[in-house]
Amino acid sequence: MLHGLELVVEPGEVFALLGPNGAGKTTTVEILEGYRRRDGGHVRVLGTDPEEADARFRARIGIVLQSSAVYPTLKVDEIVRLFAGYYPSPRDPDEVITLVGLDEKRRARVRTLSGGQLRRLDLALALVGDPELVFMDEPTTGFDPAARRQAWDTIRGMRELGKTILLTTHYMEEAETLADRVGILRGGRIVATGPPRDLLAGHVAVEIRFRRNGEEVVIDTDEPTRVLHELTSEAVAAGVELEAIEVQRRSLEDLYLEVTEGP
Amino acid sequence: MLARELLTQQRLFWRSYEAAFFTFALPILFLLLLGSVYGDEEIDGVRGSTFLLAGLLGYGVVATAFAGLAITLVVRRESGVLKRVRGTPLPTSVYLAAVIASTLVVVALEVIVQLLVGRYVIDADWPASPASLAFALLLGSVAFATLGLAVTAVVRSAEGSSAVINAIYLPLSFASGVFFSVDSLPGFLQAIATVSPLTYLLDLVRGEFIEGRTLADGGTEIAVLVGWGLVGLVVALRWFHWEPREA
Repeated sequence: MLHGLELVVEPGEVFALLGPNGAGKTTTVEILEGYRRRDGGHVRVLGTDPEEADARFRARIGIVLQSSAVYPTLKVDEIVRLFAGYYPSPRDPDEVITLVGLDEKRRARVRTLSGGQLRRLDLALALVGDPELVFMDEPTTGFDPAARRQAWDTIRGMRELGKTILLTTHYMEEAETLADRVGILRGGRIVATGPPRDLLAGHVAVEIRFRRNGEEVVIDTDEPTRVLHELTSEAVAAGVELEAIEVQRRSLEDLYLEVTEGP
Repeated sequence: MLARELLTQQRLFWRSYEAAFFTFALPILFLLLLGSVYGDEEIDGVRGSTFLLAGLLGYGVVATAFAGLAITLVVRRESGVLKRVRGTPLPTSVYLAAVIASTLVVVALEVIVQLLVGRYVIDADWPASPASLAFALLLGSVAFATLGLAVTAVVRSAEGSSAVINAIYLPLSFASGVFFSVDSLPGFLQAIATVSPLTYLLDLVRGEFIEGRTLADGGTEIAVLVGWGLVGLVVALRWFHWEPREA
């Protein structure tokens, strides 16, 4: 269920929709892709209302669904070629297979691919039509860290090709490294939006932790210099040690937890 | 576009060994087995092997155009393949046309093999009116294909698809007289036979195969098959789903 969600994605930008499960990420993306009808509101994708999506609209978008869905008995190059044939001006299938790093699996049956390879095949199928806009619903969920990094490289490559990308994720790190702008979705609403750095700037920037009399003390502050100075001065004057002191810049993850779990 | 999609559908069919076995090989296997058991007996006044061959032509149509098609589409729907395909510029009408055309190709090949096996292995006759027979099988295939599209609406999971669809078409095949003469069946099965589209397809096929009747003699049967085909079409247009039904 979405509530008056406001969202504008600019051409050429990578926009990440961030949110916990059930926040409405997939619903949002599927409305934009033309899979779902909305109850109300105004939606334009590439100047078209996706509810009236026709072949021309579908030729301009690429789709990575939340779960991989391809014929298990086809070979990688067969399915990429097949999909290329669906589009009016496709990219070279072999080039796309190389781009997503499936060269060695070119002649392998889809059913023999690993989860990560299957996801890269999804990326290939989203790209082979040479779309202007690519939707990716949790493109790296379930990946191990190495596979995730590889997928990120591919997505950065797509961005360099000038694609507009709307991706959903529940990994902060993913949003932080890939996205020009992030929208945090919670309970069907966008609760924060902006470039990752700006989002952080608006919030308490630094977290200081230490132990006093065996108890953990956490101080959030946007004036770390002054607070640290006070803390250390007091400690020095009292002749005590600030045990296990840590000073950390707050990450998007903290911000995310704050806005998605807050009241 | 249609030609390439048809080619892909053929490739998919023959690479899916389970589907290829149950829809293509099984009717031929039945013909060999049952033909060797009672091919030499007399059923409804004709040689058993000829009666069986005609019946199993109809069975092949149902197994392929109805059961095989429906199971394939449910599995593709539940695995998300249909949803993914619908997200491409390929028109859904072209996709479904290719799937159905591919099914017709399989039926045609199967009929040819059945006729050859019937003639040269179990000593059945050649069809008496081949052209009318071909038309009857084509009409039956199209009618059962629309019913196959329609029945996907009541199957909610890929796991259940074989069970549900086999539970429909196997008893139906039995009751409609594929293996035995309908006259020899108990009353309640005969009641099913009077509404089953397969009964009418088999009447048409046997009439043309055995007695040399032509299409002109099969007005009632053709009307019933067209009627069922339209029912299937209306249901399919209204309730066919492209996205997984199981949440």
